Amino acid sequence: MVKLQDIAHLLRMAAVFLLGLVLFLIFRSAFIPKSFGRYGHYRGDAIAEITARPIAYAGHETCEGCHPDVADTKSKGWHAHVNCESCHGPLAKHADDPTSLSPQKPDVAKLCVRCHSENRAKPQGFPQVNAKEHSGGQLCNTCHQPHSPGITQGARK
Amino acid sequence: MTLTRRQLLVLLPAAAAAWDFVLAGTPEAAPNYNASEHWWGMLLDITKCIGCGSCVRACALENDVPDGYFRTWVERYHVSDFHIENPVVDSPDGGKEGFPPSDLTGGKNFFVPKFCNHCVDSPCTQVCPVGATFHTPDGVVLVDQNYCVGCRYCIQACPYGCRFFHPTKHVADKCTLCYHRITKGLTTACCEACPTGARQLADLKDPNDPIHAFLKTHSVQVLKPHLATGAKNFYNGLDGSVR
Repeated sequence: MVKLQDIAHLLRMAAVFLLGLVLFLIFRSAFIPKSFGRYGHYRGDAIAEITARPIAYAGHETCEGCHPDVADTKSKGWHAHVNCESCHGPLAKHADDPTSLSPQKPDVAKLCVRCHSENRAKPQGFPQVNAKEHSGGQLCNTCHQPHSPGITQGARK
Repeated sequence: MTLTRRQLLVLLPAAAAAWDFVLAGTPEAAPNYNASEHWWGMLLDITKCIGCGSCVRACALENDVPDGYFRTWVERYHVSDFHIENPVVDSPDGGKEGFPPSDLTGGKNFFVPKFCNHCVDSPCTQVCPVGATFHTPDGVVLVDQNYCVGCRYCIQACPYGCRFFHPTKHVADKCTLCYHRITKGLTTACCEACPTGARQLADLKDPNDPIHAFLKTHSVQVLKPHLATGAKNFYNGLDGSVR
């Protein structure tokens, strides 16, 4: 027959284990973020945090809302599918408050050449020139209007 | 005013529910967006890419990508007829300012834009020890930079080299597929800036998305299909020499 005093040391050990378990649960609840596991093995709030980041590029539909004349010129020319901010840069701030930021005109000497300089890796049929030979040092927009770059205005070629 | 035991028993769970709501964190930033209605991927048309680097610049400006690091970049391939298995690849500054003319003659030459494939079975999320990188319900792989411990394991795990260690935040960084834009109905910054339509964001769950017609009528590949990562960047006209 086992007497009660013979298991006292086991009870003491059980108490230590129990205390350890309670501490583990307390620390666990304190350290694991509340939204962890809401959608999967990650912090659910992270999705909302990443979604809330501000945008820099307004999108061409926003531009066209205020500049329908340019959109119209552009839609008839070779650059119909080149979006505004592809050349003009990110302008969401300008779209939010047009007075806060006035867009600078792009540097054609650099911008046009980046797409249209000769390179054998470019697809065949894409208009490419040796800028120096082609223009003789003149700026591109002396002859080509960037919004509708065909030499005959408005025509697609 | 006295409170009966019955009233207290009703009040306590109500108060607990209210407190839970208070602690629930930031409210949804895109209230009209339902993640379960979308499945994002991208179409990349090699036959249209001109290597202008507009996507690389737009990505850096939209996402504050530090200089010398890339969430997307463009590679130039030169495939000699005599060594089709060993292409010469260059990508000066990620192709950010375009490509200078090449000295190499002959062979086949083309550009390949690259960025995170947002794999369905992504190796990077599998190795994260803390759950800091994850799949969203709409198929985008994201990094929780407030939870990342910076162990760099995911950077080694990505077979496409699409992740980098952020030099000042000291956490893993990568393409988010402009999650802050696509959840607001906009396209990604790289697609917005691409002048030739070589990059097109695709929503595979949208039956009206032009991606479905394109996939039916073109020979489309993903990168490293033998790794079975479930990559969702669909390349049209991809050469077999591309790694």
